[in-house]
Amino acid sequence: MGEFSEFSLGTRALLRMYRWRQIDPVPWTSLSKPLAECRLALVSSAGFVRNGQTPFDESLRGGDFSFREIPNDTDVSELRDFHRSDSFDHAGLLHDPNLAFPLDRVRELAESGRVGSLTHTHISFMGSIPAPGRLVRDTAPEAARLLKDAGTDIALLVPV
Amino acid sequence: MSLVAAELERNGIATVSIQLLRSVAQRVQPPRALFVPFRHGYPLDAPGESARQHAVLEAALRLFELPTIAGPLLVDFDPASP
Repeated sequence: MGEFSEFSLGTRALLRMYRWRQIDPVPWTSLSKPLAECRLALVSSAGFVRNGQTPFDESLRGGDFSFREIPNDTDVSELRDFHRSDSFDHAGLLHDPNLAFPLDRVRELAESGRVGSLTHTHISFMGSIPAPGRLVRDTAPEAARLLKDAGTDIALLVPV
Repeated sequence: MSLVAAELERNGIATVSIQLLRSVAQRVQPPRALFVPFRHGYPLDAPGESARQHAVLEAALRLFELPTIAGPLLVDFDPASP
């Protein structure tokens, strides 16, 4: 697991040929306080939307670069998987959204005191964005501002 | 997701990115990354298995506590770790 072998030949070829953007320079924020005092946010690319939110748009060329705010009090059973990709098994996400949007788990981390608190809202993107220009220019900065304004110290990013 | 992580870091938010493809993480270079040996669709190992999901999250949280002062940092998750 963990490499291209789990994918179809076509997907493997795409992944090998894709021009991945290298982050350079690599930005770095050090923690200025213990985790037990930090406010944590979740950011997932599993394409989850909450009941009543507009689903991600699978038809957008280059991928849907938008995001959804997932309030911290959301019941995980309200999360729906709208990820466009058919290159992975969605059964686990359907059974337990915590697998890629671990809201219950981070609530437990806050309750136990391992982290200080959780942001009032978390962020859901849908991965598979082969043309990430608008993500980099518009929506990633927008999500960063939102989380910064919410007092976020640390973020866990979960792919799918 | 690595590109989002970089933007968060530029805004003063420390990040750990869970990664399912080590070779991609090595190329893209997210600031802090935890490589997990699970298939796509199962980034926290197993549905309905709270303890196994917590094991991955705890490994991710520990990356924040390392004395590292610059990235990229890429660490392998050990499924046998407590």
